[in-house]
Amino acid sequence: MNLETILFLVLGGVALAAAIAMVITRNMVHSALFMVVVFLATAVLYLVYQAPLLAMLQITVYAGGIMVLFLFVIMLIGAEKMSHVENLRWQRPLAFGLMAALLAETVYVAATRLQFPPPAAIGPDFGGPKAIGLVLFNQYLLPFEVTSVLLLAAMVGSIALTVRKEKSR
Amino acid sequence: MIPLAYPILLSALLFTVGVVGVMLRRNAIMMFMCVELMLNAANILFVAFARNFGQLDGQVFVFFVITVAAAEVAVGLALIVAIFRTRGSIEVDDLRDLQG
Repeated sequence: MNLETILFLVLGGVALAAAIAMVITRNMVHSALFMVVVFLATAVLYLVYQAPLLAMLQITVYAGGIMVLFLFVIMLIGAEKMSHVENLRWQRPLAFGLMAALLAETVYVAATRLQFPPPAAIGPDFGGPKAIGLVLFNQYLLPFEVTSVLLLAAMVGSIALTVRKEKSR
Repeated sequence: MIPLAYPILLSALLFTVGVVGVMLRRNAIMMFMCVELMLNAANILFVAFARNFGQLDGQVFVFFVITVAAAEVAVGLALIVAIFRTRGSIEVDDLRDLQG
């Protein structure tokens, strides 16, 4: 077992444990902080997989931007002090049954049906900003532009949803 | 080199945790975070396959997924704040006005 595999197992274990803790814990602030742990472990995992640009994007956008937004909203509406009593009767065992089915299905397909070629050789600049940029702005230029429209729509939408209407006087 | 079965298994486990979270937690913000967890699980698989095949397309897709997730969070949290202002609760089971 080489160093990469050991690193993967450690990071994967951390990510999985933090994910389970995030779902289980009742305090939403703790949930958000566990989510940050998941995202950080994933970012280091990206470094193991030769994706340095994505690792930095993961930290800045996910751990830095999205989770701060989550924490901000949780504290803004005081959600960490709300009582979380889920009124689930027969749904809970059903959910665990569906979980077991989904897990068995994915593991079965991954273990039996798929055949993969051996890993390809990659250059030293694989996954760097220059290489990603070349692919992004040549092959995927149209999706990139569509993404900008999507971000604009999201920005306008979030402002329109949260703005308070002034009382007419 | 890491065998490809490992990231597939990790991704499946993380995705399952996300699905169970959406099913079991009735809090809108918690459900939302679990959706982010599922997107993250898919991203891990994209990056692992990009490395294995030596092609950057998978990493570009992760770039797009992160962008969509950011847009989704902006609109979704705005919706949650708007719902909390009008209803005083973000438990999705409380929002049953349209139920017959």
